[in-house]
Formats: sequence, structure tokens, C-alpha cells
Amino acid sequence: MSESSLRPRFERGLAAPICLTWELTYACNLACIHCLSSSGRRDPRELTTLEATSLIDEIADMQIFYVNIGGGEPMIRRDFFDLVEHCVARRVGVKFSTNGTRLDRAAARRLAATNYLDVQVSLDGADVATNDQVRGVGSYDAARRAMDNLAGENFGPFKISVVVTRENVAQLDQFASLALHYGAQLRLTRLRPSGRGADVWHELRPTLEQGRWLYRWLLDRPEVLTGDSFFHLSALGAPLEGLNLCGAGRVVCLIDPVGDVYACPFVIHEQFLAGNVRESGFSTVWRDSELFRSLRQPGSAGACASCGSFDACRGGCMAAKFFTGLERTDPDPECVFGHGEAAMAALAPVALSLRPVPAPTHSRRVAVALPAPRERRGTLR
Amino acid sequence: MPASQTVDFDPSRHARLSDQVSLRDEEFGALAYHHGTRRLVFIKSPKLLALLRHLDDFDTVGDALAASVELDERASYGAALGALWRSGLLGE
Ligand code: SF4
Ligand code: SF4
Repeated sequence: MSESSLRPRFERGLAAPICLTWELTYACNLACIHCLSSSGRRDPRELTTLEATSLIDEIADMQIFYVNIGGGEPMIRRDFFDLVEHCVARRVGVKFSTNGTRLDRAAARRLAATNYLDVQVSLDGADVATNDQVRGVGSYDAARRAMDNLAGENFGPFKISVVVTRENVAQLDQFASLALHYGAQLRLTRLRPSGRGADVWHELRPTLEQGRWLYRWLLDRPEVLTGDSFFHLSALGAPLEGLNLCGAGRVVCLIDPVGDVYACPFVIHEQFLAGNVRESGFSTVWRDSELFRSLRQPGSAGACASCGSFDACRGGCMAAKFFTGLERTDPDPECVFGHGEAAMAALAPVALSLRPVPAPTHSRRVAVALPAPRERRGTLR
Repeated sequence: MPASQTVDFDPSRHARLSDQVSLRDEEFGALAYHHGTRRLVFIKSPKLLALLRHLDDFDTVGDALAASVELDERASYGAALGALWRSGLLGE
């Protein structure tokens, strides 16, 4: 049963998402420079426990089999465990992303005792210097402590989640060894110019050559998870694992901490806002929002129409195009043949100021340092 | 976590959808999700879906196939059920 023959059906949208991300809070005790949701400060309009609980009931009724919980740092919410346990009780599996700072031994024990639960700890460098450059001083040690705690409590195979950058792409083998050391699974995702990522994308995104290298590395390691992140690289030859399509509003969507529904976690911008769960419930937004209906219409291949690899790459990532000022019908800014670079060059300098700015932002106005409970080994900046 | 089936698929025996599996109807058929292994499988034909739903009503897989699938298609539907069996979506 190959999945690719279903692609046209997926592009027309499913009855409910396959990949639903729910960001529980914009509050975060770190301030990663590439944060896709510009997190930092809690939004006072955050869904209450009661609202969150009924959202979970609706998710269960829609037969959404699992949710990806993120943030912000989801473990900061005081009702974090209650919500997770409610999901599990309703048979909605949970995969949540954490920076690990709150994942002490007791939390690890509680997580290990819960079924249908996956944890992914974020790490963006295989050493302190590379990681802390992006995620902040002390964050490498915090993530490793969380992993130690999970391993110490026999959680089982958790995930180590890495955003691939120009700086860490050479460390992929080290990440793989680290995963092996913990009996964990490695998960790699693409850096997109979303949220605060827009500020660092030009410097941190892998070069075209690194992209080619990454493609071959992934082809050789089908066990490495990617959440379908790198399908633009499939234009290089054999397709990578996954559906290889942009699922925004069709099989993918985001519910943010205040209940706003966006087409995907990487397009937190009013142009991709489909509605709010408070006003009409999630299923109505999913089914009927004008935005989602239009995303489910067959799009034009635009500038990619003449590309021999269009069937593999489908013109790439809508979010990456949007936040670099490109049109939906333009090539992906990281098009493996360099067409995206050319399209961006054609925009500059006139349109640079017109580039959409990721919004809303919950970034803190002043930077905070993470207090390290033990010795601090991070680089000082 | 339940592993995939170790017993070979045998159409002369009874089989049914595992308790750990949920089905969600879709235009093309259904999504089948195994809560234990977290495996998501696309059931790409309404006929296969109907077959899955009614497997439990028959004594054997063969009886179920005979009741709802044309003779010339039985082999391919049988093979599809075998694949689902091996991925742990079906049980006894
Ligand atoms: S031209 Fe378009 S379809 Fe072809 S590889 Fe580049 S982004 Fe993909
Ligand atoms: S916009 Fe990009 S990140 Fe979002 S679903 Fe499409 S390809 Fe994936």
C-alpha cells in the first residue's frame, strides 16, 4: 500500500488532521534564537484548563489519534500532567516537545508510567558551544540531564529533536551516537524562517551543498525521523521517507495557546489564521474555514511547472516561501537547484522591507539567562 | 508495546481488528491507527474497509472473503489482509 498514490486525496484535505500540533503555552524559560513561535511570555488569554480539557474531548471525538504538544515550554503549565493524562484517558496519544529544563527525576518517573506518550527533548548542537549558541547558556546541560532522567526511569525510546543548521549539520553522526547511547530515536527537522527563525534563517540555514549531504545522510538512515521536513530535498533523486507534500490545512494544522488555529506550526501569521476554537470549536474551523478550503484547492505549479523534479518536491514549503517574501507559486527558497536563491535575489532589495513579519510575537523584551542548578559549562556570550 | 505478529497469517483461521486499533473514515477509505505501536496505515479501499469491519462476524478469514469479495479479487484482498496481519493491526 504505497502512500504516494494517496497524495492527491491528501491534497484535498482529510476529515481531520493527521498531524495536529497544539502549543499549550507561549511561556518559555529559554529564548532560542530560532523559535518558530517567538515564545517567551505567557499570553494572558491562554486557554483555561476547562477549555483545554473540552478541546481534548473534541479531538478525541474527531478521532485524531495523537497530538503533538509543544509551546513555548509545555511543562511550564501547571495543569500539564492533568491535560496529558486526560488525552491518554481519551485514547489520544501524546507526543510532546520539551527543552528538558523541567524534566526532573520525578517528572520522568510520572512520564514513564504513562501510556501512549512520547517525549522529544530538543537539542540543537552535539556539544555545549554549538547548542548553547542557539538555545542559550545552560540549555545543553539541562537537555542532557532530562535525557539522563528519562533513561534513569526507563522511559524507553524517547526522541532527541534537532533543528538542522549550518553549524550542526556536520555533527549529525554525533547526534546519532548520542541517540544510540540513550536508546533514543533521532529526529531532524528543517530550520524555517518562522517566528524568531526569520532573524537567523539567512545565517543558519544549511548551504545547498550541506543540503545535498543531508539528503544522502537521510537516505542511508531511514530510521531517522524527519516529520516529512525535508521533502524539498527529494528533488535530488529518490524520495525521502514520508508523504512528501505540504500538508498545511490538509493533513497538518496548529492550535496555538489562545485557541487560534493556523494552517501549520510554521505559519503563525494572520494570513494563515483559520479561526479560533473558542468561537466555533475546532472541527468547524477544520472543516469549514475559508482558508483551509482554499488551501485544499489544487494549486498551480507556477514557476516550478517546468521542473522535472516537481513531482518529488511539489515546490517545497509554503511557510519558507511566505516568510522570505516569495509567492506560493515560487520555488522553495532552498530549492536544490538554486531557483529559490534566484527568486529571492530578484526580490531584493525592493521587496525586502515588504517581507511579512512573523506575528504575533511573545518574545521577551529582555533576555534571560537560564539558572544552572549545577556547574555551568556553557559558553558565555 | 505489542510486537508485530509472530504467528503466520492463516486465512483458514479467525481474525479480527485488534482492540488497540481505531479506524477513522476518510473519503478514500479509512485511516487505521494502532495505539500501541503508533503505526498509521491507510486503508485505501472502501471494500477492504468493509471487510475489516466484518471480519469478526465470520469464523475464518476465508469465509469473510467469500462473503464479500468477488472470486477474482480474493487473492489480492487476502494479501492485503495478510499485510495488515503482519503489521499487527489484526489479531485472533
Ligand atoms: S524548481 Fe520547484 S519543484 Fe523543482 S526542485 Fe526547485 S522548488 Fe522543487
Ligand atoms: S508550510 Fe511548510 S512546514 Fe507547513 S506543512 Fe507546508 S511544508 Fe510543512
